[in-house]
Amino acid sequence: MNVVTPPEKLSPKDFATDQEVRWCPGCGDYAILKAMQRTLADIGVTKENTVFVSGIGCAARFPYYMATYGFHTIHGRAPAIGTGVKLANPELDVWIVSGDGDALSIGGNHLLHVLRRNVNLQILLFNNEIYGLTKGQYSPTSRAGTRSPSTPLGSIEKPVSAAALALGAGARFVARSVDTMQAHLPYVFQRAHEHKGTSFVEIFQNCIVYNNGVFSQFTDKEIADDNEIVLEHGKPLIFGKEKNLGLRVKAGFFDLEVVTIGQNGITEADILVHDETNRALANMLALMEPPLFPVAIGVLYCQPAPSYDDGVKKHKDEAKAQGSGGDLNALLRRGHTWTITD
Amino acid sequence: MPRQEPVKQDPAAPHQRQELGSAVVRFAGDSGDGIQFTGSQFTQSTAMSGNDLATFPDFPAEIRAPAGTTFGVSAFQINFGAETIRTSGDECDMVVIMNPAALKAELPELKPGGLIIVDTGTFSERNLHKAHYDDNPLENDSLAPYRVIKLDMTAMTLEAVKDFGLGKKGALRCKNMWALGFVYWMYDRSRQPTIDWLNEKFAKLPDVAAANIAALNAGHAFGETAEMPHDLHGFSIGHADIAPGEYRTVTGAEALTWGLVAGAKLVGLKMTFCSYPITPATSILHYLSNLMEYDIVTFQAEDEIAAICSAIGASYAGSLGVTSSSGPGIALKGEAMGLAISAELPLIILNSQRAGPSTGLPTKTEQSDLYQAVFGRNGDSPLAVLAARSPSDCFNVAIEAIRIAVTYMTPVILLTDGYIGNAAEPWLIPDMDTYERTPVSFRTDPEGFKPYLRDERTLARPWALPGTPGLEHRIGGLEKDSETGHISYDPENHQKMTNLRMAKINGIAESLPLQTTEEGADKGRMAVVGWGSTYGSINRAVSALRDEGMDVSHIHLRHIWPLPKNLGDLLAGFEQILVPEMNTGQLKTLLRDQYLVDAQGLNKVSGQPFKIAEIESAIRDRLEN
Repeated sequence: MNVVTPPEKLSPKDFATDQEVRWCPGCGDYAILKAMQRTLADIGVTKENTVFVSGIGCAARFPYYMATYGFHTIHGRAPAIGTGVKLANPELDVWIVSGDGDALSIGGNHLLHVLRRNVNLQILLFNNEIYGLTKGQYSPTSRAGTRSPSTPLGSIEKPVSAAALALGAGARFVARSVDTMQAHLPYVFQRAHEHKGTSFVEIFQNCIVYNNGVFSQFTDKEIADDNEIVLEHGKPLIFGKEKNLGLRVKAGFFDLEVVTIGQNGITEADILVHDETNRALANMLALMEPPLFPVAIGVLYCQPAPSYDDGVKKHKDEAKAQGSGGDLNALLRRGHTWTITD
Repeated sequence: MPRQEPVKQDPAAPHQRQELGSAVVRFAGDSGDGIQFTGSQFTQSTAMSGNDLATFPDFPAEIRAPAGTTFGVSAFQINFGAETIRTSGDECDMVVIMNPAALKAELPELKPGGLIIVDTGTFSERNLHKAHYDDNPLENDSLAPYRVIKLDMTAMTLEAVKDFGLGKKGALRCKNMWALGFVYWMYDRSRQPTIDWLNEKFAKLPDVAAANIAALNAGHAFGETAEMPHDLHGFSIGHADIAPGEYRTVTGAEALTWGLVAGAKLVGLKMTFCSYPITPATSILHYLSNLMEYDIVTFQAEDEIAAICSAIGASYAGSLGVTSSSGPGIALKGEAMGLAISAELPLIILNSQRAGPSTGLPTKTEQSDLYQAVFGRNGDSPLAVLAARSPSDCFNVAIEAIRIAVTYMTPVILLTDGYIGNAAEPWLIPDMDTYERTPVSFRTDPEGFKPYLRDERTLARPWALPGTPGLEHRIGGLEKDSETGHISYDPENHQKMTNLRMAKINGIAESLPLQTTEEGADKGRMAVVGWGSTYGSINRAVSALRDEGMDVSHIHLRHIWPLPKNLGDLLAGFEQILVPEMNTGQLKTLLRDQYLVDAQGLNKVSGQPFKIAEIESAIRDRLEN
């Protein structure tokens, strides 16, 4: 019998490549890369079994900096290529790295369908609300009024909410984090990795060159506590510097409202408790934005369902069980044949 | 329950059947008349009676066109005989007409003096009006140049099936079987294969099976007993000189499907087939979806781009990625083909060509995607292109495409067309044990591994799969260093990589058989050079003219890119080069460019295959003047 030696535990450095990282100095992508290298070391995956697939954009350079397998593909198509990788080898651990233009504009269709199918892979959407690589045009997540080289008078389009779109597409795992949250990011990555099926993670990522500070209204240290809420399953939805703000269901409406604990007789018992498995709640949390609401960070929704991979495997097993052993000569002779003799 | 009539042997014919060498029969009726079923049953029975044959299903684009209209006419043509058959036939000897619209649409296909078998029961005022007839053509002299057999098939079918309780609508659906039974009598075919088929198809509806069989038998019995006009006593066609062995009929779509399955097995790969439905390519997806036991996964993607991208992802992970479409879908796949070229991954791209541009004529055949296949991508982006010549040829071409894709780590485009895909012919079923098995070897040794270090002979890079320890690497669509695969913006490296990609594809020619002629000498007055589904027409035309003593040869290309390495020398031996194509001259341009020869085009884009006579006359024009 072979003695199986447990693989040596890898460190974050083992997941870094020798390639020079080419993002702009101060780009939020550096922090995400660091968090990912740490996460993979922590959860103990192997380099050979991990595949990063990306499309086009600043975020799409990510695979070059991970010492795993990596495929930098074409604009918007990474979910389709990742799906193909899983179809061929469901054992591989696939991470899709994408941006707001890649995933929501040119690749919007593929995002919709990979989520709906529930292919067992992780999708990271680096949302910086701008096109970085093409030098600063507005993106599908840019807020109305965004001035950019292609919208000198301000964008007249309404932005899409990535998390709400994912939920609408039928995603079974939707989470959010922020590039600067170095403790939270690995937690979200780990949760995404644990989840069987498509895990969708939106990361608010600061583009220091073309959209600097676009998330500062809820990420700046001084005001973050009052403008973002970090979700925890089973815990009351409380936030604020003083931990005295909370979310509750607005009486008589199918809606949320922010209330202050200690005012108007409101106690902690009135505050809604976060339930990751509640899709309706997840939808409302996804759409919250300042100034009326805090931005929801963390796992908005996690409700596993059988994955696409499971379905394919089931069909394959059934076909093999019912089949005739995969004999080519038998295949060619199915149905009517006849013999001509001399 | 009426007793099902047993099939009787034909009684000793009171009159002699007329001997024929071959015949072209066309069934035509409304889309709802079951014409395609009728045609394929006649094909089956004809093949089993030892004739060679070729078919041409010609159906409308509409799924359920309004009943009785000319644009709703569905037709099925079969050419069969005791001689070698290469095409579905230029002109029909006989048409079976199920309604006025079919008569209107199909009469131009019938040769003067040809037979019309017509169901008079459908020639109502209303149906005549729908077919834009002012007068009933059965009652004036407009059909005088033909021999017409008027039969009230509608009434006779209703009578034959009246005891089965199907209702009038259900009963009328048996009419195609009545017609088939009659045509079986006319050509002395066995009804048994069709009876077996009906019993199997309607196993759960025994009344429907019995009614259809009764209609089939009634049509046959009518032929046996009725006094026919024009002194007709049926025809007899001798056995073709066919090589002994086990046969089946096969359409191009079936042969292509099985060729893919076989090709993947021969190189030891699982297959991931990713496709988006499009006419006329969809049936391959349907067939493969039923073959999961052969280590095939099929994936109906959300669009054409996702289809090719998921196939590329599958190849990257060690499966054989295959995607399939028709011209418009292939256009959408262009960018991703470039990725597969740049990443140097094996990939099979099937194009069942149809008439274009844009949506064009989805159900009509054309071969106008040669430029698209050879040149249709951004950048210098060479890949291999092959074309199948006939339904059964699809089998070996698919195997060859897979061999090239995995040997050279390259995407391969395989061109078929709507005609090849739908047409059927008898096929001597190959013995797969005689095919060479050459399993792919994936790279596993980390020692000295570099993702773009090439095999000296093939210039292929190693296929290193995710999941292999020690080979972790990154690839993509950005230009790569010629060895490490790292991103490289170095100008000299780009020159080198462009040259290498081109040299690799050109080098495929080293592994190809030398081009030979199908008919005729390898030098002379004229070479007729074809590719794809024009094979049959060109071959018949050249054979016929050679029999008359004309100095003409037929060259047919399977490999469109790279071209066989001796093709230039071969062409140089001919005074004239004629290139018949169902496009405006795409191979002609390629040949002129590659070999500086004075290739002349013979071009047709009517959505219909070439007639033999059209090619004959083009050759005559050039050689007799």
